Order: sequence, then structure tokens, then C-alpha cells
Amino acid sequence: MAEARTLDARLPIHGMGRVGTPWWGMLCLFATEGILFAYLIFSYAYLGSQGYQAWPPTGVPPSLVLAIPATILLVGSSFVLEYAKRRARMGAVGVARLALAIGILMGAAFVALSLKEWSDKPFTLATNSYSSIYFVLTGTHLAHVAIGLIALIVLLVWSLTGRIGPGHEQHRTLATLYWHFVDVVWLFVFATIYLSPRLA
Amino acid sequence: MSPVDPNPPISPNPPEIAETLEAAWGEAPGLKGWFGSVDHKVIGIRYLFTAFAFLIIGGIEALVMRVQLAGPDASLLSPEQYNQLFSMHGVTMIFLYALPILSGFSNYLWPLMLGSRDMAFPRMNALSYWLFLAAGIFLYLSFPLGAAPDGGWFNYVPNSSSEFSPGPNIDVYCLGLIFLGISTTVGSANFVVTLLRMRAPGMSMNRLPIIVWGTMTASVANLFAVPAVSLACLFLWFDRNLGTHFFEISGGGQPLLWQHLFWMFGHPWVYAIVLPAMGMVSDALPVHCRRPLVGYTLVAMATVATMVVGFGVWLHHMFATGVPTLALSFFSAASFVIAIPSAISVFAWIATIWTGRARITVPFLFFTSVILLFVIGGVSGVMTASLALDWQLTDTYFIVAHLHYVLIGINLFAVTGAIYHWYPKMSGRMMDERLGRWVFGLMFTGFNLAFLPMHWLGLAGMPRRVYTYAHNMGFSATNMVVTIGAFLFAFGILLFFTNIWLGARSGRAAGPNPWEGPTLEWAVSSPPPIYNFAVIPLVASRHPLWEERIGDTGEKSLFAEGFLLDRGKETLAVTPLDGEPDVILKMPGDSWLPFALSVALMPLFGGLLLHSTLLAALGALATLVILILWYAPHADTAEDEAVRVYG
Repeated sequence: MAEARTLDARLPIHGMGRVGTPWWGMLCLFATEGILFAYLIFSYAYLGSQGYQAWPPTGVPPSLVLAIPATILLVGSSFVLEYAKRRARMGAVGVARLALAIGILMGAAFVALSLKEWSDKPFTLATNSYSSIYFVLTGTHLAHVAIGLIALIVLLVWSLTGRIGPGHEQHRTLATLYWHFVDVVWLFVFATIYLSPRLA
Repeated sequence: MSPVDPNPPISPNPPEIAETLEAAWGEAPGLKGWFGSVDHKVIGIRYLFTAFAFLIIGGIEALVMRVQLAGPDASLLSPEQYNQLFSMHGVTMIFLYALPILSGFSNYLWPLMLGSRDMAFPRMNALSYWLFLAAGIFLYLSFPLGAAPDGGWFNYVPNSSSEFSPGPNIDVYCLGLIFLGISTTVGSANFVVTLLRMRAPGMSMNRLPIIVWGTMTASVANLFAVPAVSLACLFLWFDRNLGTHFFEISGGGQPLLWQHLFWMFGHPWVYAIVLPAMGMVSDALPVHCRRPLVGYTLVAMATVATMVVGFGVWLHHMFATGVPTLALSFFSAASFVIAIPSAISVFAWIATIWTGRARITVPFLFFTSVILLFVIGGVSGVMTASLALDWQLTDTYFIVAHLHYVLIGINLFAVTGAIYHWYPKMSGRMMDERLGRWVFGLMFTGFNLAFLPMHWLGLAGMPRRVYTYAHNMGFSATNMVVTIGAFLFAFGILLFFTNIWLGARSGRAAGPNPWEGPTLEWAVSSPPPIYNFAVIPLVASRHPLWEERIGDTGEKSLFAEGFLLDRGKETLAVTPLDGEPDVILKMPGDSWLPFALSVALMPLFGGLLLHSTLLAALGALATLVILILWYAPHADTAEDEAVRVYG
């Protein structure tokens, strides 16, 4: 006689990391967003190789004065957030929250430096093809940083209000993973905007 | 009258379990259940319904154009109206019909075929549908005002730049496609994760139905291709509204960049709208031939190979734009090569019919006609892969003929056959076979009458996208034939919808497996219970329902016993490759969020279109709030749970 039975064996619910489904969804997001930046960089290269004699048209590669500290801040924030995530997993809530807050500040500083660099530029969005692709490429990345920041701030608020506890590993993992992704993308954007004109 | 298949479903559904699962899975009554449904079957049928509605709209646009072109020097339509009609016809058929109709089938069929209770992300599934509907409405909002997109479906610059196309027409196109792109991306990600994780234990990669291979390949391709067109549209919108110089030549912009980005997307997209349809033929045709598909592995691999090569042929749409000879040669060669994987499916289908015992059913007729039409469309495709020929034929009616043979031949004819094949599963009733034969006869005759002569028109030099032609050019008689064929074809489609409607009203009861199919969707009742499988099956072969019939000597698939998962709205996720049980997923119930998110995006895109910062900001804020609610942590954080089984 067939009947419903409960076994001794147990299976995880939702699952952490790769065992759950959201991690794979995030991977799909990275695939499609990553390729978006690939198309942006392709457009940069296409406009640069088909149009002007010099690229950037001014003939001078963009300055590294703000870009280098911004890069260090952004890459550093990834390590800080990874540390926060690992402390949270071990139950060290206070340290984790502090590290998360520091990570958020570092990300915000990156945004501030980027905006400063934008306002220092002698050209605007509508000046020429270089200015257009420059602002749209860095701007698309900056928008991703902003979304990441909002996610991290929400995470911190949820943690402080007790809505996220030790059992919500998935939320922490995904937010941190997204931040790492935005970081890696920046390295490609940085190489495109700042390094490639110096190689030519 | 007794059902066609009088047997009970092979997958058991004992009443006491059905009651528990019904309570956990059932939809809320009233509006919340309707707007908030996350059932993949409901969403699938909505996709089919909406896509067919767009097919009718796009079809009427085509008929109006055919009336205009029936005779020379006609003045029914002004050139401006004609431009909008052919643009909206293309956009509608390619973006709002061809992919969504396949998403509808895949949404409905995937969990049933894979032996799961739902897709990986049910709310995202609902979201992709509502976004599709919202983007479709958005693209049509300006149509009544006479300001619909009018730059053709590929919207070339500089024709579509603000200098030559002032007015909102092209802005609607740009924003509408970005809007729709979100829907496609969300849906594709859902298919990919569903494939990787949401399968019955034992449903390993080598046992997947071909439609799953097709949709998976298309979905991965969409993830990689859609950003190209979204970016191109964003660039163009910036050029038109903020004075940037991406395509605008005076500031160093490059008009050809549009064509590159568009076709980097466009060509993979063409495969995305045929590969799942080819998969439907590969799965359903063998049922009517009463034997397994010949060359399963080759067909599966050819599906993936077509797409891989499909990313390397975009330049063949640009042979006449003056790109360097080396690039021309490479892309011409790649375009020839792609014929090889495409042909593998054709030969597999022919071999399946040849070596099987075919029943001449209506689905069989449609699937067989797919083979013929695909060969005609494929051969005209190989012809234009040749540079010398393409330079003569590009932008003529020959290309119009080619693309309609490919898209209607492989997509619409396969879809129609698939409706006849799976309608009994979706509705529990059969469609009338006699009427179906009339539908087939009319559609097949009408289609060929309409499109075969277009080859000749193209060879005779009639350019595409002209709103009329002079009486002494020798096009008149052929165009009249084309128009008659188009109306015959449309009448066939009207009869097809009548057939569906009659089936719902008075069709013969189907029973669980009226066609004696081999795959898991036929193991449950028709229509299936909301939770699909009361007991999750254990899959041991590629044809779980045919193991005895084809003398499979290996292990047998198990239906009578297996995972029960009846503690709330639960389903099982497996390891990506081997399909080992891995984790229990608590699935979300009905939710307003997907509907609300697509509504919130309307003011966002509307604000951008109307240059209203306030409206756009409100939309963006609402979107953000909804997303935060979406990811709100659930209170229950139990880590594991004892496994419940049946049997």
C-alpha cells in the first residue's frame, strides 16, 4: 500500500551559495551585464579606431590623479566587504556591521571622486564622440556602483533593525558578490579609459 | 464520448495528497489571484494568448500593406503611413510575437517536461510576462496618434537620427526596445536557472527534450545578445535627445556602429526565435511517427552549434555597406558554414519520418511542412551568403521572401502544429482534426502563394519597403497574386483561431496522453494539477513513458513512488549536471510585486519619452521601492527539513 512517509534523511531548505538558486540567477545577471560592458568597450574602440586621428581627440590620455585613488578605494572596499561577510557568518555581528559600513563609505568615496573627475573635464556629454562614450561608459559603471551601494545600505539597515540574522547568508553572499562583480568591471573600464590611450 | 486516452495519468495523484498540495499551491481568489498568479502554466498561456493577439495586429498591418501593393500607383496609404505600417509590422512580429510565443510554450511545458513543480523564479516569471505586455503597449501607444516607429525594424541611422526623423516615432522605438529587453533578459535568466536546477531527479543533460535544448540555447544567447540592441537604442536616444555623437557624424560619430550593434544582436535573435520552434518539431514530430527522434545527440549539439556560429555571422546583413574585403570573406564563409548544423535537424526529421510509422495527423502535416519551408528558406539564405549574389539581392523582395520563409516556415508553422499537439494538454480537450486539415491546407497554400512569387519580384528588381510602384515596371500581376495569397493565408489563420475556440467549447475530452507521447508532460492529467506532479518522478531514460514500448532494457523510470514535498509550497532542486536531489525550495505564493514593477516602469519610460523628469523620477523611485520589497528577507530561516516521500 502506497502511503506518505517521512524519512530520516534531511535536505537543506533554499541552500547557501551554489546550492541555492539565487546564486545562479546572479550569475546570469553577471553574464548579461558583463557583456553589456563588453559592447560598451567595443563601441569605445570602434569610435576610436574609425574616427579621429588621435584618441582621445585632445591627444592627451586622461589624468590618473583621481582615478588611481578611486580604483584603490573600490578594490579595497571589496576586501572589506568580503571580510564583513565572513565575520557575519561566524556570528561576529558588531565587527561585520562596522566593516559593512566602512565598505559603504569607501564605495561612496569612489562615487564622489568619479563625480569630481566628471566635473573637472573640459568637455561635456555632447562635445564629440569621445566625450559621449566616455560619459556613457563611466556613467553606466557608476550607475552599477550606485545600485550596489543602495543594496549594501539596505542590507545594513536590515541588519540593524534585526530583519536579517545569521540565517540570511544568501542576502549577504549575493550583495557582496554583486559588489565584487562591479569591481571587476571597473578594472576593465579603467584599462579602457586610462590605460589603452597610454599604450597606443 | 469517452476521452481519447481513457487511462488514468501515469503519475499518481491520490486524493488526500491532492488536497494538501492544492491548499499549498492554489491561487488566491479574486484580483490578487489574477494579477498575482505565479503559476508557470497560467503565465505560459497568457504569453501564448498575448503573442497571438500581437500576431493578429501585425497580420492586419501586413494585409493593409498588401491591399496598397495589390496594384500599381495605389494611394490607399501615404508614404508616411506605409513606413509606420511596415516598421510596426516588423517590430510586432519579430519582438512581440515570435519570441514571446515560444516563451509561452517553454513556460508552460518546461516544468512539466522536466518533472518539476515550477520554474526557478516564479515571481520573475510573472514579471517577464507583465513587462512584455507593458512594453508591447508602450510600443503601440503612439500608433493611434500617427507617431509610431517608422524606421523599419532595424531602424538604420542616419535615417532614424533626429535630423531626418524628428518627432517621437523613433524615441518610442528606442525606449520600447530597451523596455522589452528587460522582459527578455529576466525571462532568459529564469530559463537558464530552471534548466540547471529545476529538474526531476535523474533528468540528466542527455535526457532533456530538444525543446529544452532549443530554449536554453536561445536564452543563453539572449543574455549575451540583448544588451547590444539595448545599448544601441540607448546611444540613439542620447543622440536624438541629448546631442551626443555616437552615430552623428559631425562630432566623430559612426553611423555603421548602429548596424554593428544591431546585427550583433539581430542575428543571434533570429536563431533565438527559431531554435525553440525547431525543438518543438524535434519533440513532437517523432510522437506522430511513433518512434524516437533519429540522431538525438547530433540534433542537440547542432542546436548549440548553430547558435555559436550564429554569433559570428552578423556582418552578412552589412555586405553592401563597404566593409573591408577580408571581413566580407570571413563572414561570407561563416554564413555558409552555418548551413551545416541547420541541415542536421532537417535530415534527422526526414529520417524520423522515413523510419517511423507516421500517423497523418494535423500536427504531422504542419511539422512536415516546416521541413519543406525551412529548406526553401534555408536555400535562399545560403544563396545570399554569397557576396556576389547578395549585392544583387539585398534590399529587394528576394530578402523579404527569404526571411518570411524562415520565420513563418520555422516559427509560425511549427507553432501552429505545436498548438494542435499540446492543446489537449493545456485544455484537456482535442482540436477538431477535420477543421485542422482545412486550416493546414489554407495556410500552406496561402503562404506559398504569397511568398514564393516574392522571390521572383526580388530577382526582377522590386525593392523592399516601397509604398507603391509604377504600372509599367512589370510587378503588377505578381503583386496581385501575392496579395491574394496573403488573404488566403490570413483566412487560414482565422480558421485556426476558430478551431481553438471550438475546441475549448466542444472538443472531445483528451485524457492524459492522447497522442501517446513519451515525455513527462503526458504523465499527468490534462490539464495538469496546479502543482504538476503530486509525486516527483524519478527519471531513468530519455523516453520515460516509452520504456516498455521501445524495449529499453535499462533501469525504469519511477512514477508511483518518489519525493512528496508536501510541507507547504515546496519543490525540489537538483545538481546542475547529474540531476541529483540537492535542496528543497520553498516557492513564493501569489504576489502583486511583478505586476506593480511593470506598472512602475511605465512612468519611468513614459517620463523619458515626454522629457518629464518628474514622471521618470517617480517611476524610478517606485521601481526601487518594489525591488527592495522583492528582496525582503523571509522570516523563516529553517536550515533543513526531513524528506517526505510517497510509496
